[in-house]
Amino acid sequence: MDGFGGGPHGRGQGRLPDAFLRPGSSSFLEFLAEHAPDRLPGAAVTAGAGPSGYPGAPGAAAGQGGYRSDLSPHATTIVAVTFGAGRPEGGRGTVSGSGGVVMAGDRRATSGPMIASRSMEKVYPADDYSAVGIAGAAGIGIELVKLYQLELEHYEKIEGSLLSLEGKANRLATMLRGNLPMAMQGLTVVPLFAGYDLERGEGRIFSYDPTGGCYEEYEHHGVGSGSLFARGAMKKLWRPGLDAAGAVAVAVEALYDAADDDSATGGPDTVRRIFPVVATVTADGYSRQPDDDVAAVAERIAAERRERGSLA
Amino acid sequence: MNMPFYVSPEQLMKDRADFARKGIARGRSVVVLAYDAGIAFATENPSRALHKISEIYDRIGFAAVGKYNEFENLRVAGVRYADLRGYTYDRSDVTARGLANAYAQILGTVFITESKPLEVELVVAEVGRTAEDDQIYRLTYDGTVADEHGHVVMGGQAEQLGRKVGEGWRPDMSLGEALRLAVTVLGSSENGTPRTIEPGQLEVAVLERSRPRRAFRRLTKQSLTELLTEEAAEDSGADDAEGPGGTAVPRAVPAAPEKDEPAAPEKDDPADQAGTADPEPGDEGPGKPPPSGTQEGAPQD
Repeated sequence: MDGFGGGPHGRGQGRLPDAFLRPGSSSFLEFLAEHAPDRLPGAAVTAGAGPSGYPGAPGAAAGQGGYRSDLSPHATTIVAVTFGAGRPEGGRGTVSGSGGVVMAGDRRATSGPMIASRSMEKVYPADDYSAVGIAGAAGIGIELVKLYQLELEHYEKIEGSLLSLEGKANRLATMLRGNLPMAMQGLTVVPLFAGYDLERGEGRIFSYDPTGGCYEEYEHHGVGSGSLFARGAMKKLWRPGLDAAGAVAVAVEALYDAADDDSATGGPDTVRRIFPVVATVTADGYSRQPDDDVAAVAERIAAERRERGSLA
Repeated sequence: MNMPFYVSPEQLMKDRADFARKGIARGRSVVVLAYDAGIAFATENPSRALHKISEIYDRIGFAAVGKYNEFENLRVAGVRYADLRGYTYDRSDVTARGLANAYAQILGTVFITESKPLEVELVVAEVGRTAEDDQIYRLTYDGTVADEHGHVVMGGQAEQLGRKVGEGWRPDMSLGEALRLAVTVLGSSENGTPRTIEPGQLEVAVLERSRPRRAFRRLTKQSLTELLTEEAAEDSGADDAEGPGGTAVPRAVPAAPEKDEPAAPEKDDPADQAGTADPEPGDEGPGKPPPSGTQEGAPQD
């Protein structure tokens, strides 16, 4: 009877604690922080024994604490690509309604030099009109996504309307800020957020830093260890007026390049038939590309490169 | 020191129950009924923003009558309960039964311990994978929980309207048929001419069995209009072909002799007041006793 069995906040036996009936905000996160802070992601880590509880290998920690970098598997490269009429040069976007955004993530999770998973999912629907991808500490990232999805859904149910796209982006920044203590200890999570702005009628991308900084990105962006290479690829491949299929091709090719040069990013696995997770967000909402479609794109790209025969 | 007057527990409980019943009976009714592909909720509610029907969780819907601020508070508590439970365990661990029990505890405790009972009546419904798994719970102001099958009506004249729904309802109705039945029942006033309720005055939502995760969906005015008119045509056709489908005849019979009774405007006025009563705070106090129809239609306890 966890959470509603007349705990410390309960008034009587067997009824919901007062916190449930108290007028409050529309945020699930705030409710959780007030009512059950122990269930926030990472609460045990920050409130518990602290870094000294973990015998950290010297030099392995990314931060000042004693965490080992392979304590949690790491997720790597996520890319997002806008398409459609979008913004004319230099100005604010015209409302076209035909645009959108594609988000794609590879499937590899690494734990130090080991491959921890070949089929990890790093791209998720945040709600009907947005997608979120995570790079960094996988366990925390997935928990963060789960809580974020719930946060948006909770708001929607309580208020009876959706948050604006910027509202959603800012909400994720706040949650990320809450993870800062853990980020300082090496368990960094860097999400990428993309969605369809129902007011402007276009796809938009937001990136974050571990302190909760939120930055709007234009045209395309990538995060994670392979993002350096993916971003280079997207810079060359992206062009205004791409359609959805073109944007999917750009995203998959960028991931291909990331996998080429970054050991922590997995390429298309034709033996096991594991291909990147690719999601499209348009006015019709979030939809995940079927694996067969992504496989076809990945195989076409591989064939083109085989033909070119470059060793570099 | 003044000695308090002695009031017997029976009298105390009866007074509270009467008070709550009166408050609830002022509001317009909500009809909840199962159809072949899910569960439908319908009520007459001109407001676009102040809902009486809403989503609690993936497959759980909520409908309420009574005082708006009171059931809104319960609705929010339900969403918090469901979201916290789903987050703590798993989404599949959130059930209508658990939620109904939590609500029953709140309603029961308030009924016994607070100075004023909650003037609300709730339905918590969960759409299952099959029609047999559907669950509909009705909760009254004193915390009584009833496990209903197929259909429920609550609010003003609940018993009378409930009987009409019971006469017309059968398993595996299409959505259009079910909604047409609901709207006809909602539009039949207790003592006279049936009213036609425009789609714009209706709040209708469904829990659709086939939807993958979040089964709750509100019907827009447009789709509602289509459903009501299409099916009306189909139904009348079907009635001609197969004889009475069970809905038309029993409803027409009680309505007919009462048509000679007082003129329409008089009957419409109390209904209109009742409809706006829910969201408005100024409607407290005992008010005038509900019309005769609501007295007999008061929820059984």
